[in-house]
Amino acid sequence: MGHIVIDPVTRIEGHLKIEAVVEGGVVKEARSSGMLFRGIETILRGRDPRDAQHYTQRICGVCPTSHSMAATLNLDSAFGIADKIPDNGRIIRNLILGAAHVSDHILHFYHLAALDYVDIGAVAGYEGNDPALLSVKKFALEGDPVPFLPRYKGDYRLSKEQNLAALSHYLQALEMRRKGHEMLAIFGGRIPHNNAIVPGGVSEVPTVDKIASFLWMLNELRDFIDSVYVPDLVMVAQAYKDYCEIGRGCGHLLSYGNYDLDGKVADYGKRKRLLASGTVDSSLRLEPLDTDKITEDVIHSWYQDVPPLQPLEEKAPEPQLDKKGAYSFIKSPRYKGQVYEVGPLARLAATYVSGDPTAKASVDGALSKLKASPKALFSVAGRHLARALCCKIIADSMPAWLLQLKLGEPAYLPYTIPDEAKGMGLVDGARGALAHFIEIKGKKIANYQCVVPSTWNLSPRDKDGHPGPVEQALEGTRVKDEANPIELVRIVRSFDPCIACAVHVVTPKGNTRGKYIVS
Amino acid sequence: MTNGEKLPVIWLSLSTCTGCSITVLNSTSPTIKNILVDEVIPGKHLYVRFQHAVMASSGELALGEIRRTVQGKGPFVLVVEGAIATAQDGKFAFMGEKDGKPRTQASWIEEIAPKALAILAQGTCASYGGIAAGAPNPSGAVGVSKFLKMRGINTPVINIPGCPPHPDWFVGTVATVLLGGLPKVSDIDEFGRLKAFYGKTIHENCPRRAYFDEGKFARKFGEPGCLNELGCKGPVTHADCPIRLWNHGTNWCVGSGGLCIGCVEPAFPDLLSPIYVKLTDASIPSVIESRKE
Repeated sequence: MGHIVIDPVTRIEGHLKIEAVVEGGVVKEARSSGMLFRGIETILRGRDPRDAQHYTQRICGVCPTSHSMAATLNLDSAFGIADKIPDNGRIIRNLILGAAHVSDHILHFYHLAALDYVDIGAVAGYEGNDPALLSVKKFALEGDPVPFLPRYKGDYRLSKEQNLAALSHYLQALEMRRKGHEMLAIFGGRIPHNNAIVPGGVSEVPTVDKIASFLWMLNELRDFIDSVYVPDLVMVAQAYKDYCEIGRGCGHLLSYGNYDLDGKVADYGKRKRLLASGTVDSSLRLEPLDTDKITEDVIHSWYQDVPPLQPLEEKAPEPQLDKKGAYSFIKSPRYKGQVYEVGPLARLAATYVSGDPTAKASVDGALSKLKASPKALFSVAGRHLARALCCKIIADSMPAWLLQLKLGEPAYLPYTIPDEAKGMGLVDGARGALAHFIEIKGKKIANYQCVVPSTWNLSPRDKDGHPGPVEQALEGTRVKDEANPIELVRIVRSFDPCIACAVHVVTPKGNTRGKYIVS
Repeated sequence: MTNGEKLPVIWLSLSTCTGCSITVLNSTSPTIKNILVDEVIPGKHLYVRFQHAVMASSGELALGEIRRTVQGKGPFVLVVEGAIATAQDGKFAFMGEKDGKPRTQASWIEEIAPKALAILAQGTCASYGGIAAGAPNPSGAVGVSKFLKMRGINTPVINIPGCPPHPDWFVGTVATVLLGGLPKVSDIDEFGRLKAFYGKTIHENCPRRAYFDEGKFARKFGEPGCLNELGCKGPVTHADCPIRLWNHGTNWCVGSGGLCIGCVEPAFPDLLSPIYVKLTDASIPSVIESRKE
């Protein structure tokens, strides 16, 4: 019986440890541990509610835009203006978030995941005249090509030509993800950590020059997504066909949806969104979301056990580092008491099952190229594919939004901060379902809570002993070489973990997230 | 360092959000590809052996890159991103294992910092504690300089604050070291950062400055006018954002009608909050005072 420890898991955000007990070459038990605690929500208490937009972005510098969206939706709802945001404000928020997700999804595939599939050693045999590849070849031949070597030994299966093309695209994608951020900055000011998304809308009105430059940067990104990103993904999935079955996970998906197409419904869970909300199971049944059914426990987390309390009413329990049976700073969110996976796969599946023609055409088209059924979506390859298709659907939707902006009309609505209020903000961030909750007393933050995508995906076992989604995806996996567990990091990275996000809260065992009335 | 020399770099991500890594991916001249693969200055090549966000290897294989660098004879530079958690003996932040037990991030710094040629504190958390050290500072987060002082380690530290820092500030600080070694005392301000980037206030160079001088103030977002009444921290914030601009010169915080929130300052975030409340004349001295600590 072998015991594999991968600590740190790199090419993800944050400090993650993966442990696996291997028996007969197969993972019998897996544990996912978040190894960093900062306590951002504790820091937020007593502050001006509006500061939450800025502080919560610092939960994660990879997906700050998602936090700025969840925080402002949360504040809008607490301030009673969720259904009154001017269309310009709603649309510019969508454009800022869309630019972030396009950039982030490209980053994830090429720069965080691809080195597990692409053999960059192939560059040593490059004989063409592309200056970028020649400079990488020169670097490689000098003998110490860090940080690209060392790496796990493994079954790198692409042909020499495919490897060289993918490496060239890795370099091109560095430029593309940067341009995605530049596109975001047109309306967002800067990234990481924008200051333009504010309660009430956004901080600046649209102008024609901004619309034009956004559109043409977007056109370049759309070309890349269509002619490089999506085809590369299909190429890799074809070469690693068994990964359409490896890493299935828990088979339950949960999405809040994202990109509001109409801002006049106060309840975010009932809004018409480009990518749909809801839960989907492995037989592709879609059910509407009921946020009352979200619970959390900390039985295996380094926090003191406390009795169940209503949301936003509990005190922050103390971290307890010597707690028996605990192995993570991440807690265990559950929906209807069951383990749920969140992420691009969840929102794409919800949109696909809802019958959306664009989602249906793109998913069916990609699956037919792979000669696979929708069941294959529940896999390592399926998660990567879903991310790429979400990227394409968002990018393809943004030109029409740009043209919906109304010059000369406001993008911001003034408001007053209530003495006492509660709020909830729901949005699918790049990595999945993201919820922010606030309670305001005396115009200050009395309590602030975030339930974050990677908390769902990387969660430890719950009170019933059910492993979290990544743990389930790892268990049952065959590992060829315990010294080079490349199969396991491929599975973990398909979830695009963000551990700084996952570990930021302290919430007690069995905490039911009761009713939120968004008025 | 002499021409043709390879300077190894260890980049440790500690109590961070990783935004300080992502911002360097946004560098344009040089690009991140140039920084990793090419001679970033003619004849001088960085060898980034450990960088959590981009490196191929994981686990022990990755940590081996730190060991071979620290145990090697040659000089190396340590880049620290994020604050250092010190509460409960550092047990809020781990990386890797020692003797089968999680190893604290603080213990890595204790081992590596004394052997480094110099330390670049990338971002406000690494420089001064930043958001992680916001009251009540649950993890006991401190910046690198403060931590080294607590441990009696004398390795020189150059701060590159910003939440996150502009990629040019990082690249410019690296280039300064590659070209001339450690910067002269006269090139650094009292908070350990290069005057070249942090020498003037936002307010001095702000394109909305003329509005301030004329007494025209925006009363809500989306209006022309100086943003002072809405809470802009430009008057007490030292950085060249208004002339350098962010994301390849695309825009900056105030350019999008948003506020400067003072993210490069030692006073960030506590003394520069609430963000959306006007700086009072009374609050300005306390901000400046805190910077002298």
